[in-house]
Amino acid sequence: MPEFEWQFTLVLLTNGIMIGLMYALIALGFVLIYKATDAINFAQGEFVMFAGFIAAGSAEILGAPFWLSAMFAIIGMIALGFGLERVVLRPLIGRPVIAVVMATIGLAAVLRGAATMAFGAGTRAVVMPVSDEPLELGPVMLPPVQLVGAGVSLVFLAAFTWFFLKSRTGIAMRAVADSQQVSMAMGINVRRYFALAWAMAGIVSALGGVVWGTMLGVDNQLALVGLKVFPVVILGGLDSIMGAVIGGLIVGIVENFAAGYLDPYVGGGTKDFAPYVLMIIVLMIRPEGIFGRRRIERV
Amino acid sequence: MAPQPITPAADASNEILLAATGVSKRFGGVRAVEDVSIAVRRGEIASIIGPNGAGKTSLLNMISGFYRPDSGSITIEGVDTTRFRPAQIAALGIARTFQNIALFGGMTVLDNIMLGRHVRMKSGVLSSFIYWGLAQKEEVAHRERVEELIDFLELQDLRKQPTSALAYGLRKRVELARALALDPKLLLLDEPMGGMNQEEKEDMARYVIDVNEQWGTTIILIEHDMAVVMDISDRVAVLDRGRKIAEGTPAEVQRNPAVIRAYLGAGGEGRGQAA
Repeated sequence: MPEFEWQFTLVLLTNGIMIGLMYALIALGFVLIYKATDAINFAQGEFVMFAGFIAAGSAEILGAPFWLSAMFAIIGMIALGFGLERVVLRPLIGRPVIAVVMATIGLAAVLRGAATMAFGAGTRAVVMPVSDEPLELGPVMLPPVQLVGAGVSLVFLAAFTWFFLKSRTGIAMRAVADSQQVSMAMGINVRRYFALAWAMAGIVSALGGVVWGTMLGVDNQLALVGLKVFPVVILGGLDSIMGAVIGGLIVGIVENFAAGYLDPYVGGGTKDFAPYVLMIIVLMIRPEGIFGRRRIERV
Repeated sequence: MAPQPITPAADASNEILLAATGVSKRFGGVRAVEDVSIAVRRGEIASIIGPNGAGKTSLLNMISGFYRPDSGSITIEGVDTTRFRPAQIAALGIARTFQNIALFGGMTVLDNIMLGRHVRMKSGVLSSFIYWGLAQKEEVAHRERVEELIDFLELQDLRKQPTSALAYGLRKRVELARALALDPKLLLLDEPMGGMNQEEKEDMARYVIDVNEQWGTTIILIEHDMAVVMDISDRVAVLDRGRKIAEGTPAEVQRNPAVIRAYLGAGGEGRGQAA
């Protein structure tokens, strides 16, 4: 039995926080769509993957510098968000939730296939122009890529929190999510806000794709980070940005602790499912998530 | 409804603001509204009454664009709005409230009322991202109007309260404030006093009259409380099983045998008092 080493714990905790913030960024894309349109987007991971392909592809094929390829990813994903809303999601407005869920699952498969067709099956790199030398803070080593990723996540999470709380467009978007019918009576163009939500999710996914693509490389497997969205939003609540942050942090930290403390005894692998175990426990105790709004059904 | 020459202000009361002509709406086999025509003059309080299921709310939903009539037409200030969508109707300056209170529950009273000004706000989605620009100046002006309404409806202490925490009567009042925030020329009220106690009803009736008198807002009112309707309406239309069976001043309608039959059942105590 090894002694308790606070330094080891600190390293696990710090890495967990960094990774957790980056999970929160991806979950933000999911939350944006759920908040505004009540739709559950099972293709969030594929959005991230697709954005990664655009960034990696434009760097490789066009020789674009990092910042330009990130811009391409953002513009590409805005266009994709608008386009998908218009073509796939809009006809489903007012249909049962399950129809939208199935549509996004189909969308996920199509995006994975299309990306492989367009960019090939090999793993591509997104190269962020930061040094490989980790930043040493005492016992903790922080790769600059993670720092940038966590920083970008924080900035956007804060920006979107402000947007929904204070900006008129954000408040109108919440109104649309609350009741489409009443929003219409206020003269709110509901469809325009749906399109905007998908475009915003596109922006967030583009950032996620660049950050995660840099860390993991870009191929079909990148879409798997999207699966982490589910424990994050279940822990935090589907419609809460603050919840996405906290859910992300919990998932990041639990993962790292599982890898550091449990894996040595069981031979590895607990990192990958520990967050889901936690998710199931939370679902049993508090189905709306830790920070989610309790929905009162009117009968 | 012959087109009239531009009338001086003194005669404006005769001008038709809204006209529904022969509108019908069926749901499956049910004839919710059948060949109903009504004309509402600018500045009046017109009430629509009738037993449950008479088609009152369906008619209101057609006026506000939520239902599309199967036949017939609706014009507002001479513009054919029969096929307009709800947001287009709102943009014309037509506000409504809902039979079941329909506030945005997670938001404050202030945010709810500010949303009522949505159609009055000029700067679009993109420009409002630049909050500190024109959009903010606009925001301040709109906020002033909203504060007037908060004073008018005596909601001063509740600005920052989430609407879901308010008592029933207050929520109805917030919903009225939100509808008024649109600066409507026509206000559609679907049972604004439903479920209220006597005191709350009297307050609401006073607000409705004040809105009409202070701002000259034309009002279409659906309400079950006959005493209130007869008290505050200029004219009353009566629906029964989807058809209009009577129309006139409150006094005329109260004397109408068809109305009395509709309310007291087919047994027909012909000369009885209306409810």
